[in-house]
Amino acid sequence: MSAAAIIPHDMEPHPVTGMYNGKFGIWLFLASEIMLFGALFSTYVLLRMGAEDGMWPKHGAEILNVPLATFNTVVLITSSVTMVLSWAALKMGDVAKGQRFLGITFLLAGTFLVVKYFEYKEKFHHFEVFLNEPMAVEGYQEPLKGIRGHFTADSPKLEADAKTGAYAIPEYVIIEPDAPHGTHEHPKPVRIESAQVKRISNFGPRHSNFLATYFTLTGLHGLHIVGGMVVILYFLLTGSTFAKKNHEKYVNRIECTGLYWHFVDLVWIFLFPVLYLL
Amino acid sequence: MSSHEAHAGHHHDHGDHHHEELPFWRKYIFSVDHKVIGVQYAVTALVFLFFGFTLMMIMRWQLAYPGQPIPLIGKYLSSAIAMDGILVGDGYNALGAMHGTIMVFLAIVPLAVGGFGNYVLPLQVGAPDMAFPKLNMMSYWVFFCGGVVMIASFFVPGGAAASGWTSYAPLSVIATTGQTMWLLGMVLLITSSLLGSVNFIVTAVQLRAKGLGFFRLPFFVWAQLVTSFLLLLAFPPLEAAGVLQLMDRLAGTSFFMPSGLVVSGVQQTQYAGGGSPLLWQHLFWFLAHPEVYVLILPALGIVAEVIANNTRKPLWGYKSLVYSAIFLGFMSFIVWAHHMFMTGMGTTLSTFFQATTMIISVPSVIILTCLIISLWGASIRYTVPMLFAVAFLPMFAIGGLTGLPLGLTASDIALHDTYYVIGHFHYVVAPGTIFAMFAGIYYWFPKVTGRKMNDLLGKLHFWGSFVFINAVFMPMFFQGMAGLLRRQYDQTEQLHGSLAHGLTTMSSWGAWLLALAQIPFIINFFWSIRGGTKVDANPWQATTLEWAAPSPPPHGNFDKVPVVYCGPYEYSVPGKKTDYCPQHVAMEA
Repeated sequence: MSAAAIIPHDMEPHPVTGMYNGKFGIWLFLASEIMLFGALFSTYVLLRMGAEDGMWPKHGAEILNVPLATFNTVVLITSSVTMVLSWAALKMGDVAKGQRFLGITFLLAGTFLVVKYFEYKEKFHHFEVFLNEPMAVEGYQEPLKGIRGHFTADSPKLEADAKTGAYAIPEYVIIEPDAPHGTHEHPKPVRIESAQVKRISNFGPRHSNFLATYFTLTGLHGLHIVGGMVVILYFLLTGSTFAKKNHEKYVNRIECTGLYWHFVDLVWIFLFPVLYLL
Repeated sequence: MSSHEAHAGHHHDHGDHHHEELPFWRKYIFSVDHKVIGVQYAVTALVFLFFGFTLMMIMRWQLAYPGQPIPLIGKYLSSAIAMDGILVGDGYNALGAMHGTIMVFLAIVPLAVGGFGNYVLPLQVGAPDMAFPKLNMMSYWVFFCGGVVMIASFFVPGGAAASGWTSYAPLSVIATTGQTMWLLGMVLLITSSLLGSVNFIVTAVQLRAKGLGFFRLPFFVWAQLVTSFLLLLAFPPLEAAGVLQLMDRLAGTSFFMPSGLVVSGVQQTQYAGGGSPLLWQHLFWFLAHPEVYVLILPALGIVAEVIANNTRKPLWGYKSLVYSAIFLGFMSFIVWAHHMFMTGMGTTLSTFFQATTMIISVPSVIILTCLIISLWGASIRYTVPMLFAVAFLPMFAIGGLTGLPLGLTASDIALHDTYYVIGHFHYVVAPGTIFAMFAGIYYWFPKVTGRKMNDLLGKLHFWGSFVFINAVFMPMFFQGMAGLLRRQYDQTEQLHGSLAHGLTTMSSWGAWLLALAQIPFIINFFWSIRGGTKVDANPWQATTLEWAAPSPPPHGNFDKVPVVYCGPYEYSVPGKKTDYCPQHVAMEA
């Protein structure tokens, strides 16, 4: 680009920091990212510590799908490995191999998002009817404050309020409760009159603070994955030409992309135990 | 550093053979040149500064003459703000919230950091441009979009955000669409300052000229460096808070919505509850306290430059200044909850934050003391920038010292949420930071345009501003101590018959006269671009590197890549022919 002045340390490391400009820049950016996710993790801690009795699940596995998330953890860690392999191959001068590993990284990132999509989708089709008074349901040992399950076909259609987005409470609902923990048999559908209903919500963000935190954190993390994929895709498309023009610079770009990618991976390594296991 | 030199030489060649003209839109609109971007930032910020001031002048009318139609512009205001020219309560709230937001996030920070930082910092470190020129351009345009979103929010149903510039929940969560626009605008502004701060830090650390060690950096660069770290690390939590509030508003979550919330007598059943309104305040002030230092540090940097130049001697205690600025930066991260003493967060926390607040006043006082002692024994040149810089010192001192009673939990009980608080932070930011900004504009104008601004108009501007700005804010201390609460649409009931009533009117007249006092500046600014006295590259006989470049500096800044031989403020070195030794000139033995 003819318009830009030539910037010192665009490529060669600065003696003070030991880094070229881009690498120093990406580390600073990651520092700010730590503050972003740090604030959100603090939010999680504060809300969970302050939650009233029964408002927060004992552990995430009560609501979330641990096997899927475990699978996704493996996928992301593998993608970090292929990212490094790509950089290493490029550093050794093997552009074709580097691009191949970059492609695998991209596919693994895509896999993560597809799995996430199914996890999310399941949540939006799963409902809870919050009750004014606890109700006894067959199969459950204690009366329930909220009945979780799926509405039967003859239950009236729910309509969301245009302004608040919350579901208006119909005259009655018929819900087939989930199987009690450790069993597989669904109790018989229950009919609940509107007078007994406090609130109806799917397992989306508005369900509870736990799910709100879950969707916000994983959603923001998902956006970071998408951002990373856009960058990786750009280098997949332009990489060979770029590397021919200026090999070292291209290697540097992939190194910076890699640093970002490992960070996104690391965030998930924290998210997984915090949301699913604790 | 052979590679460094090789590179520098290469750049020199490049400059010689590069003559092609860029098209207008690449040169002045989507420019990657830090100087053009700096000017873009500064001009945009000055427009916002004037706009934010106008909002306040409308509010001051309502305070001085409640219920009377606003003269001149009343009939042009939308119905969300004024009915038949009379300001309505919601309109007052919207103007107040937007005044704060615009002044802090769209005027002063972009002017101090985006404007001065962008223009001066690369020049002072002897760099050809910022480390990431394209990122720099992006930072400006993201900021610009953020500004557009904020202004557009005046035109959505229900008007602009009206929950105060602090947007406290749950009020802000149940507010009209304007609040969503505010949040989106903030996310853009935060992104912009994030990109900017990464750029500044990398530039200041990696692009320093040969020989320019860290302790040869002008204090302005240090101030910008610390500021950038604050922006980098303090802004993301507000971005997180903004995302959470957007979720509360758009996805119906309850991060900030407590259980059993009743609004206008109606139980809010659409929320799950269990959220924490205090959480918003913690996240907000985790940004907004460091933000105070983002507002003041660049100002201190400018004042230090101007004072050293016009006293013609080295700054007193340069290293103390630098260490204090760094310590200030660290401490600013652990004082935030002194804004929340009255929220019931608990005495243990309050005591901790009271202690840290008292500690942070120490480096501030060191900086101010160093600057005041720098004046001692000098034969001071009272140029226009120096007038503003000297006036800055007592103004900032008043602002800082009146903060101490607010930082002590006991006296804060009486003073919080009164006009005393408004007086306190405006003394820091208005006659403080804004005066320093004016000093900077008068000081660096010759560098940007190659022409000096008019002295007489400058002095008119200074004395008018100095008198009237004190007329605006000084009464607020007394009103506040008398118990007058802030954020009141109509003070009549609380003030009726008291002395404080007259002070309100005085404040208002002060604000309108202050606006008139800006006319000489506006005339001076535009007239001097073409009509000012032509000056050479170093009209103030200054020492720092920006004066080694031609005025205005060409693309790539320096004719010859500068090498630095001495510290930043080598004025009146004994045995020299001139009373200044520029950093880029080797001092003969």
